[in-house]
Amino acid sequence: MAVSTSKLVCRNVWKIFGTGAREFLDDAGTQADIGALRRNGLVGAVRNVNLEVREGEIFVIMGLSGSGKSTLVRCLSRLVEPTAGEILFNGENLLAASEARMIEIRRHQMGMVFQHFALMPHMTVLANVAFPLDVQGMGREAREARARRMIELVGLSDKEGFFPRELSGGQQQRVGIARSLAVEPELWFLDEPFSALDPLIRREMQDEFMRLQSVLKKTIVFITHDFDEAIRLADRIAIMKDGAIVQAGTPEDIVLNPADSYVAEFTRNVARSKVVRTASLMRSLDGGAQQDITATVSARATIAEAAPLFSGTVDRMRVIDRDGSAVGILDRAAVVELMMQG
Amino acid sequence: MSAPTLDTGRRAAVSPAPGGRRLSLPWIAALVLFVGFWLFGGAAKWAFDYPKAWQIPAQRWIGGAMKWLVDSASFGLFTFTDLTRFVASVIEVPYRLVLSLLSTGFLSGQGSNAVELFPPLSWIAVIALVTLMGLHAGGRRLALLVFLCFAFLAVFGQWNSAMVTLASILIAAPLGIIGGLLLGIAAYRWPRFEKALTPVLDLMQTIPVFAYLVPILILFGFGPTAAIVATLIYAMPPMTRVTALALRLVPDEYRDLGRMIGCTRRQMTWRVLVPSARDSLMVGVNQVIMLSLNMVIIASMIGAGGLGFDVLAALRRLDIGAGLESGVAIVVLAVALDRLSQAYAVKAGAPHKARASDTFLARHPYTLAAAAVVALTVLAGLALPAVQRYPEALQVSVGGIFSEIIRWINVNFFDALEAFKNAILLNVLVPLKRLLGGLPWLGVAALLAFAGWRLGGLRLAALVGALSFLIAATGQWEKATITVYLCGISVLIASLIGIPIGILSAERERLWRWVRVIIDTLQTLPSFVYLMPVVMLFRVGDFTALIAIVAYSVVPAIRYTVLGLEKVDPRLIEAGRAMGCTRMQILTRIKLKLALPEILLGLNQTIMFALSMLVITALVGTRDLGQEVYIALTKADTGRGLVAGLAVAFIAIIADRLISAGAARARVRLGLA
Repeated sequence: MAVSTSKLVCRNVWKIFGTGAREFLDDAGTQADIGALRRNGLVGAVRNVNLEVREGEIFVIMGLSGSGKSTLVRCLSRLVEPTAGEILFNGENLLAASEARMIEIRRHQMGMVFQHFALMPHMTVLANVAFPLDVQGMGREAREARARRMIELVGLSDKEGFFPRELSGGQQQRVGIARSLAVEPELWFLDEPFSALDPLIRREMQDEFMRLQSVLKKTIVFITHDFDEAIRLADRIAIMKDGAIVQAGTPEDIVLNPADSYVAEFTRNVARSKVVRTASLMRSLDGGAQQDITATVSARATIAEAAPLFSGTVDRMRVIDRDGSAVGILDRAAVVELMMQG
Repeated sequence: MSAPTLDTGRRAAVSPAPGGRRLSLPWIAALVLFVGFWLFGGAAKWAFDYPKAWQIPAQRWIGGAMKWLVDSASFGLFTFTDLTRFVASVIEVPYRLVLSLLSTGFLSGQGSNAVELFPPLSWIAVIALVTLMGLHAGGRRLALLVFLCFAFLAVFGQWNSAMVTLASILIAAPLGIIGGLLLGIAAYRWPRFEKALTPVLDLMQTIPVFAYLVPILILFGFGPTAAIVATLIYAMPPMTRVTALALRLVPDEYRDLGRMIGCTRRQMTWRVLVPSARDSLMVGVNQVIMLSLNMVIIASMIGAGGLGFDVLAALRRLDIGAGLESGVAIVVLAVALDRLSQAYAVKAGAPHKARASDTFLARHPYTLAAAAVVALTVLAGLALPAVQRYPEALQVSVGGIFSEIIRWINVNFFDALEAFKNAILLNVLVPLKRLLGGLPWLGVAALLAFAGWRLGGLRLAALVGALSFLIAATGQWEKATITVYLCGISVLIASLIGIPIGILSAERERLWRWVRVIIDTLQTLPSFVYLMPVVMLFRVGDFTALIAIVAYSVVPAIRYTVLGLEKVDPRLIEAGRAMGCTRMQILTRIKLKLALPEILLGLNQTIMFALSMLVITALVGTRDLGQEVYIALTKADTGRGLVAGLAVAFIAIIADRLISAGAARARVRLGLA
């Protein structure tokens, strides 16, 4: 992904539950640690979070239950009112927006997928997907036409007249996804969308999600408690613990350079080859373009993806970037060494 | 008793948790104090009989307030009475319309000069309509049931009265549902409003209906509209509570969804929350219908005609046969409406398929069939009187048979019944009544406050103490003790019968199916119906009241016991079995222990049922608060009725709060909270 403009910026955001939270924060400032909060009978669900989501990227917020990730994502959409901080969406401070303006933004620029789907039980798939448009006051013909397009996009066209309880969990979440896309949002929140599904279905839904994103190219904030899911889907990951972000970076960054022992605990069992990209393992071109090497591999491919390309006679490959020009050389030996590490 | 007491006392002393499982030291001290005061406190006469000079003249105040409301309260342009008469006429219009449709026909002119412009729906049309509704909502079995119920009404000559009753239900139930829904939504949205509303709802549900019949009579005038207002007061609170609770139980994700798609507050309520809570709301709808039917007989005291009036009239004539016939007709109507509304509740939750390609005819088969039936019967009714009115020659009456059966029992078993009744009266009822009557009000109030403190803290103690003091201070103490004695012994017997039945039913699936049919039927019986056979066998008095109350209040004891036992986590039972528990051990050590909070709530409901029945038993000559309310009703004395009614409500609230607090504690102790 090309480096591009920031879609959503979050500066010094706090969410503290309990009475006198605001006063406490004014006194303590950014020094407020968990101990001080607890002594005052407060709960710091989100503590001094700074992050930046770029246009078109998948930004994953990963944390265990109780780490504050759900509260944070609700602060980003202002479903939960942050205690302090600034949230800039397309440069506009959401915390200063009026209720009417927020309704406007949510209606047209944001979409959200929920862990337990939150489908209306008394509505058909079609009516559910069209529901956000109905709330906006869009006419029946127009909204059903658009809803049908979304249902087709998630591959449920034959289930249009069904009710949620007649569908499997995976199908229900497809409906949830179609509904959140119906307003054609710029910013797409997914709150643990696959956590309630069986592992096999989860895998399938992740693939489906990647396929959708390759078509739609939305800006995505994705919440999960599953580190493998985060690694698999993310362009960048932020890891949360006790309401604060402990590390943010690309999956590769995090796996190769965990910030502390807490993060290292997650990365320990991750196969390096599935995270490390060829660009990180290649050696420099040594001056010449090495035209004699015919095999090529993308700079964005992971080592696990590149490894099968080293068939019988190939010992070296040219690593090429997006434009097709060579940026380095990948040796079989380096790949084998990394694969041996697990 | 002394040895185990000491033992538990020692155990409580070492156990770190205060108010442990058995009687703890503070409890024993309080009981000893109480008994000491009772036996040796004779010097303080005022603590036993509340002195007349200190009484709060609440009756006079209420009577005065009522008089002021009726005579002089004014909002400037119009008076309070104008307002209530206006409300009455607003209810009156739709009621007249439905009544004309079902019973009287549309008339022009007054009295005997009236000319029928348009006849009412014929009995065939009504039966066909409800049968179609049954078919639509629940299929053939339901259609058959509803058909039989309504055919019963026609065949047994109850048709006209039943239609009058149905008309008032058709007005009262929707009003109650809509009103309850709106109040519930308001309570959900504004916590402050809920705080103010909760005690009002508590009172509405605990004050005996008789107590507010008089003020309603004065404000709304005698007639069906006053009866509908009384029914609304009685039937609306559960709907309000169910609505507030159901909305609160909607998962947070739906609220988030509503906000994420940019719902306004109104859209959030009506498009997101209410539809998501629909299944629970339908429970409230069913409740309103059943409670409205339950009110039918009482409402007929202030002018609702129909089946209720027939029952009441028969009861006054002591015509058991006719009374039972009308009573059974109410039950039949209740069963039909109950099943219909439940079927619609289930149907509302189930998916339905409509294909857009179908023609109008194919999409609305039921509506069209209904319209056709109505049109046909109207036309046929013009030619054939038998279509319009069920021919009298074909009516059946079994009232005589009922009377015969009762007479036969009385002739053959009079001595046995009488001996049984006297034995219970002399050995149980009378001594208990004396014992309770002799207790000092101050001591009882203090002991109750103490129990409130141990179970729920200082606030509960203050509430319980204040309410019991008010009962004494308004001069109701003596009658209240009789109420407590009758209620207490009835609840005890109902629990002794109900809880074992519940335990047995929970263990045996087939037995439970039968028991459920029976208790479902018992619950649809209007409370008056219980009185009639008992009066016939045992005549008037405390014993008759006792049996009627037990029969009425045994249902919740059974139901909650089964519910509690079924809710026990099956994994725990499995664990017990894996440890090698016997069936008995699983029951006593695991199931009953964990079901305790639920059984306590069942006890609570049993008390509420007993109290509401107790008031009605005033008709068979008890001497308690119910009688006081009833006398006030016959004398149209608002103050006297409301004060006694409030005393009943206070007893109910004291029992409810203490038991709820106990159940909550039990739940915490068992780790279920």
